[in-house]
Amino acid sequence: MLSWVIWLPIMAGVAVLATGDDRNAKLARILALVGAVAGFLVSIPLYTGFNLMTADMQFVEMAPWIETFKVNYHLGVDGISVLFILLTSFTTVLVVLAGWKVIEKRVAQYMAAFLIMSGLMNGVFAALDGILFYVFWEAMLIPMFLIIGVWGGQNRVYAALKFFLYTLTGSLLMLVALIYLYNKSGSFDILVWHMLPLSLSEQVLLFIAFFTAFAVKVPMWPVHTWLPDAHVEAPTGGSVVLAAIMLKVGAYGFLRFSLPIAPDGSHAMAGFMITLSLIAVVYIGLVALVQADMKKLIAYSSISHMGFVTLGIFIFNAYGMEGALVQMISHGFISGALFLCVGVLYDRMHSRQIADYGGVVNKMPVFAAFFMLFAMANSGLPGTSGFVGEFMVIMGTIKVSFFYAFLAATTLIFGAAYTLWMFKRVVFGAVANDHVAQLTDINAREIVVLGLLAVAVLGMGIYPLPFTEVMHHSVNNLLSHVAQTKL
Amino acid sequence: MVFAMPNLTPALPEIFVLTMASVVLMADLFSGKNRFVAYMLTQVTLLGAAWLTVGTSSGEIAHTFSGMFVDDVMSDVLKLMTYIAVSAMLVYSRGYMQLRGLFRGEFFALVLFAMLGMMVMISANHFLTLYMGLEILSLCLYSLVALQRNSSQASEAAMKYFVLGALASGLLLYGMSMIYGATGHLELDKVATAIQHGEGNRTILTFGLVFLVAGLAFKLGVVPFHMWIPDVYQGAPTAVTMFIGSAPKIAAFAFVLRLLAQGLPTLVQDWQGMLIILALLSMAIGNITAIAQTNLKRMLAYSTISHMGFLLLGVLSGNNGGYGASMFYVLVYVMMSLGAFGMIMLLSRQGFEAEKLEDFKGLSQRSPWHAFVMLLLMFSMAGVPPTVGFYAKLSVLNAALSAGFVWLAVAAVLLSVIGAFYYLRIIKLMYFDAPQDENRIQAQPDMNLLLSMNGLGVLALGILPQPLMALCIYSIQHSL
Repeated sequence: MLSWVIWLPIMAGVAVLATGDDRNAKLARILALVGAVAGFLVSIPLYTGFNLMTADMQFVEMAPWIETFKVNYHLGVDGISVLFILLTSFTTVLVVLAGWKVIEKRVAQYMAAFLIMSGLMNGVFAALDGILFYVFWEAMLIPMFLIIGVWGGQNRVYAALKFFLYTLTGSLLMLVALIYLYNKSGSFDILVWHMLPLSLSEQVLLFIAFFTAFAVKVPMWPVHTWLPDAHVEAPTGGSVVLAAIMLKVGAYGFLRFSLPIAPDGSHAMAGFMITLSLIAVVYIGLVALVQADMKKLIAYSSISHMGFVTLGIFIFNAYGMEGALVQMISHGFISGALFLCVGVLYDRMHSRQIADYGGVVNKMPVFAAFFMLFAMANSGLPGTSGFVGEFMVIMGTIKVSFFYAFLAATTLIFGAAYTLWMFKRVVFGAVANDHVAQLTDINAREIVVLGLLAVAVLGMGIYPLPFTEVMHHSVNNLLSHVAQTKL
Repeated sequence: MVFAMPNLTPALPEIFVLTMASVVLMADLFSGKNRFVAYMLTQVTLLGAAWLTVGTSSGEIAHTFSGMFVDDVMSDVLKLMTYIAVSAMLVYSRGYMQLRGLFRGEFFALVLFAMLGMMVMISANHFLTLYMGLEILSLCLYSLVALQRNSSQASEAAMKYFVLGALASGLLLYGMSMIYGATGHLELDKVATAIQHGEGNRTILTFGLVFLVAGLAFKLGVVPFHMWIPDVYQGAPTAVTMFIGSAPKIAAFAFVLRLLAQGLPTLVQDWQGMLIILALLSMAIGNITAIAQTNLKRMLAYSTISHMGFLLLGVLSGNNGGYGASMFYVLVYVMMSLGAFGMIMLLSRQGFEAEKLEDFKGLSQRSPWHAFVMLLLMFSMAGVPPTVGFYAKLSVLNAALSAGFVWLAVAAVLLSVIGAFYYLRIIKLMYFDAPQDENRIQAQPDMNLLLSMNGLGVLALGILPQPLMALCIYSIQHSL
């Protein structure tokens, strides 16, 4: 089952690649859509067949792969990872649709890159073997590097190289940690590592090694600087995947590696992590306020929201952790939607500057309604998914420290301020210039894409139980595991 | 005086290659202008040598020539890989050499003699055999570099290579003679036993070791004995550069292993420290200097230096797992190196050497498939999964960590990030930039096929690295 979720999109990607150059662009698009939808369909049984009563790994697959290093092709999902696989497959469908008309050069390669990346990201979430995880983790950089570099904006080369080198630096230190754990335990199995006794200094060093890899991906302040560059230069689809899924991979890494492998190290470093998270929430929120570029603003908003996620993880209680997971899923929908909204505007105006817009609502009322909903969700309005996660994390935090919770809650103000202010400047007011006057409202394809996301955002906001019940057992199990010392 | 005829079976491949090299030389003389005869004869020789190597392999360690020569699993595997590398080199270079008027009989004869030297090095069990193999190889390489007689750049490179190479050989001989003086033996196994029994003056042994390691470092091309590599790589015709950058690395690896792991295992404490310094310097200087290069051949030269530093990480761990990791690394490296130089020759035309980085601009628009092959090769060199280069790095890092050098592994990965930059730059040129050169890429079908296989092989071995890895570990375990 899990193999299908990983390899079906990759095989579809290779098939799309085989359609050749842009003379067959139409075929490539259709094939890519079929592949993406099929990829999403095969991931649905993971949810419907998921056993809610256990925290164990489900849909496990195990086969020997590299005997020399005792590496196994070991896959499995629990309540923490299963939703991300669905999110990835879902987002891929949207991305393929979003790039339908906009991408005109090297269509097959563009579509194939997203499909292959989708399979690799599913692999990251499903891998239970250290090397298998690392292979997927690094391999997904390759398509993203090409997406930014080939289809990106003005400064794409700089952004692509920065993206790749930042992540590679962190990842390689993690690789050393993985090999160290292998030498210590004689196995690359992540579940074996969870039970491996380690001294405090070992745990702290391992924590730092994992931290470099995951913090860059999240991204946490101060290693976040690659993200605004990458987001601004990437094509819309690239930004969506980056924000919706790739950032989650980092936070997921903390939950799968740092916490269970080095619980004492995590407790020792918790103060440090909480500080960085709060800086991200408050400081980056303020940075977002002054951005003149819409994509950059959403990028900073993402960093600020991901600060919430890491805060929720490192306060070590059920509210915080479930809140963090809900926030991750919800941010996947919302940030993806916001980037798609900016993409819709950019496709028509070829500008991302807030100053170039104004009065868009007069020409694009349907679009303005969607944009409004996602802007509200981004600022955490109750009834949208953005509220649930933030509320749960603040609830969890207030049990630990009022002061932390107070700082975290400022995001409700800053978030509303930067999002709604941008929304006001872009959408409301009189028609600003001739270019805006010539805008046309969104077409059926764009309505489908944004509509699907709107349903997800509202559904999760009004009735989050289908999401939280899946993660419940795994989160509790992880928390009790982290509470036990490994010394 | 009774003269016992030595058992020739273990040395049959060498004898065959020697004979055929002479035959090629003669055949070329009488085949007139048609050099294709010599080319095919050389390929047939490689095939025959492979057949003989497989046929005479017994899975056990067989000594002959009074213990001067050894035939074991490791030597068989390494020789087979050498044949494959040389054969691939010949296929790649055919078109290139024809266009430059270098497709001549002496090219093939020199290549075969050089390969004979490599085979002797791989199978040597004695200081003198090792040295003899090395000299056969080196002398052929010096003249190969100078093959393009009218190029002053090539002559300069050859001269530099020769002078420095002779110096290194001298160092090596000096080291060998010191160890001979201390132990009274020249045969590797006997030297090892003698040192183990505490024979020999420690100071002389250590001094000898220093000279040996210096000589080895020169032949491998690791810092600070790397000065010849960039000049030779740049100055030689690309086909010869490809030759120097591929098969001889296998022989050099065998040379290091025979000398250090087989001959001086009890001095591991001493040579380990030296190798750490060499490895660290090579990875640092190789990777950092490569960034500044605008000439692709020169860049690949510095990349070789850093790769050889990585290779030493496995050797310096001083155990069979580490030697196996290094063996895997060298085989993978040779494969990537062949592909990368193959790409340079693919883009070269009559009177045009595609050795500037800019020549790769926009390759993905000129030829998507070739760009993809180069992409795989570059990611593999950078050690990014799912290409085989990642597993090579993984193996040697694991070897260093299992020997307890965590800091060395951390330094190695940080330096490899620097390395990733210049490989990524080539991908950037190919994919992100617009093409400058609109000439159609012409390649013979055999070269195209081989290049595709080379690229896909990097990917296929990256998805299923187990067979080659197991082969390396197996051959080390059954030979040392």
